Amino acid sequence: MSSAPVSGRLPLRKRLPQMPEMPKLRRDRPLPDPDEQVAWSPIDRLGVAACWAAGLLLCAIAFSIVIYLLVRGIQFVTVDAIGQHPVVGQSTDAGPSTAGGYLDPILGTLILTTIGTLIALPIGVGTAIWLSEYGRPSWLARAVESCVEIIAGTPTIVIAIFGLLVFTQNLFGFLSFTAEGGAVFGRSFIIAGIMMSLIALPLIITSTREAMQSIPAHVREASYALGKDKISTIRRVLLPASRKGIATGTTLGMGRIAGDTAIVVLLLGASLTLQGQGGGVLGTLKGTGSTLTSYVFANSPAGEANSPEKAYAAAFVLLIIVIFMNFAVDMLSRRRSDK
Amino acid sequence: MTELKSPPPVRRIVVKESTPVAPPKRRAGRAAAAKSTASDLLSAPRKRPAKKGKVTDRMQTMDFSVAYAGKPAVKEVNLKVSQGEVLALIGPSGCGKTTLLRSLNRLVEQTPTATTTGMVTLDGRETHELDVTDLRRKVGMVFQQPNPFPMSIFDNVAYGIRERGSRRPGKRALEPKVIEALERCGLYDEVKDNLSHPALRLSGGQQQRLCIGRSLAVNPEVLLLDEPCSALDPRSTTIIEELIMKLRDEVAIVIVTHNLQQAYRVADRVAFMYLGDLVEYGPADQLFGSPRNKRTRDYVSGAFG
Repeated sequence: MSSAPVSGRLPLRKRLPQMPEMPKLRRDRPLPDPDEQVAWSPIDRLGVAACWAAGLLLCAIAFSIVIYLLVRGIQFVTVDAIGQHPVVGQSTDAGPSTAGGYLDPILGTLILTTIGTLIALPIGVGTAIWLSEYGRPSWLARAVESCVEIIAGTPTIVIAIFGLLVFTQNLFGFLSFTAEGGAVFGRSFIIAGIMMSLIALPLIITSTREAMQSIPAHVREASYALGKDKISTIRRVLLPASRKGIATGTTLGMGRIAGDTAIVVLLLGASLTLQGQGGGVLGTLKGTGSTLTSYVFANSPAGEANSPEKAYAAAFVLLIIVIFMNFAVDMLSRRRSDK
Repeated sequence: MTELKSPPPVRRIVVKESTPVAPPKRRAGRAAAAKSTASDLLSAPRKRPAKKGKVTDRMQTMDFSVAYAGKPAVKEVNLKVSQGEVLALIGPSGCGKTTLLRSLNRLVEQTPTATTTGMVTLDGRETHELDVTDLRRKVGMVFQQPNPFPMSIFDNVAYGIRERGSRRPGKRALEPKVIEALERCGLYDEVKDNLSHPALRLSGGQQQRLCIGRSLAVNPEVLLLDEPCSALDPRSTTIIEELIMKLRDEVAIVIVTHNLQQAYRVADRVAFMYLGDLVEYGPADQLFGSPRNKRTRDYVSGAFG
């Protein structure tokens, strides 16, 4: 301690001018609930009511879609129908055509979704890692971002027609359904899957990148401080931490792929059943077929096999598949991140 | 809850309007305030027992400066980091103490605009000559926010030990080292039954001790702590401070802190920095009891900062 004179240690309070009396707080009775105390203006009341109404309306719409489709297509939503090949049967005045099921469309949807996701996932996650962790030079990063936005904003029919343009080239004949004479149709599961991956890609990139950028910088530094380099930090810390974002993007992408019609109609062909090109798995992938969306289209009044009840049934099945897919991926990511 | 109990804003405005304008006489008031704070500080109980064991110099900075985009943040600092002692870096915000700390394990290089001059040595070798991986394994760091990785407690500690490459040691081989590290950071008894649980489920204080254990697992020679307790409750702070005292003889410890009382409680040696300059550097008793520099005296006594 320094040996300063004690005279300097006057109580601080004596040097200050008199403070005004603070109003006494009444603590003897409980404070009212802050929400109730506030007087709501009519506009606020209206706004809150509108928010409630919007939420409830959305619920109502979602439920009515499911229930309406179920009621209209109930006679075709049977276990048998799932196992049967589709046939073209026009509805007549005598009654709706009940022939055939939708085995091929279901398979088609699953195959196409799988191919599209398998292509989009690695490319999307890779792009997101580059954008979030490297992104140099910055003009290139900006260019990549713009390109992702362009792809995201392109209507799928445009993507489809572009795909047709590219893949009818003889060069890509090995991917496509080809006629006897060697004419390249530019139609197959592989080609449709490749173009489908484009619509899933922006969703995967965006959500993965957001997940990675939300990880604070000091978490990366904690890994560097343990002597780890950037690659192992990304692999062992950042990717596991953004698993949920990746899963979200993938689910959204899968939903978009399963729900798209334009690419299917143009690039998968209009045949209702799977038409393989040669045998085996590769033959199927090179062949044409249908998905639930194109089946719905074909059976709708606009399509050639006009029997709307089948369309309702297939639409219901498609809806269930997409809902289940969302649910499954959600559960998967939740369980893995808990562990 | 406490928010709700505060008076409604209307009343507060009334109070504000009638706040007196007349300031107290500056110099005398400040001196008085300074005296009382300084005496309070020194009368606080001190955790640190008398120094025992031998003190070995580990790191040294020589005329070391850091600038961000040409703007100096640390100016020609010379100090030593020794094993067996706790060095506290104190000073007001923006004085460069965290930058200096981050320079010791070259983490400052993560900032693209940062440039450094001068030397930092670890055991007599310049840190820039060492492989950055080796350096950072020898100079561990714990951050302000507890930041366990999103994996199990076991994997968090094992993360630093696992080498890159194809020959990754299995869980069995890593277990003794992980347990040792958890024991050293005083967490083992609390988590021994659920090593496979996610680390993010631990409490804040436990997470911070896990981060210390994670750094200890690679057997560092120096441990850098960047305000390790500022996000923690008082009880966890006490536990961490006791841990620091316990580790003092095994590793050289540098702690950055905004909390003067904490510096006084744990440090053997204190460096006071102000606007990038190392103003005063010396034993804690001297720096808190009879600071040589006027700035140090003002800061330690609470006149600014």
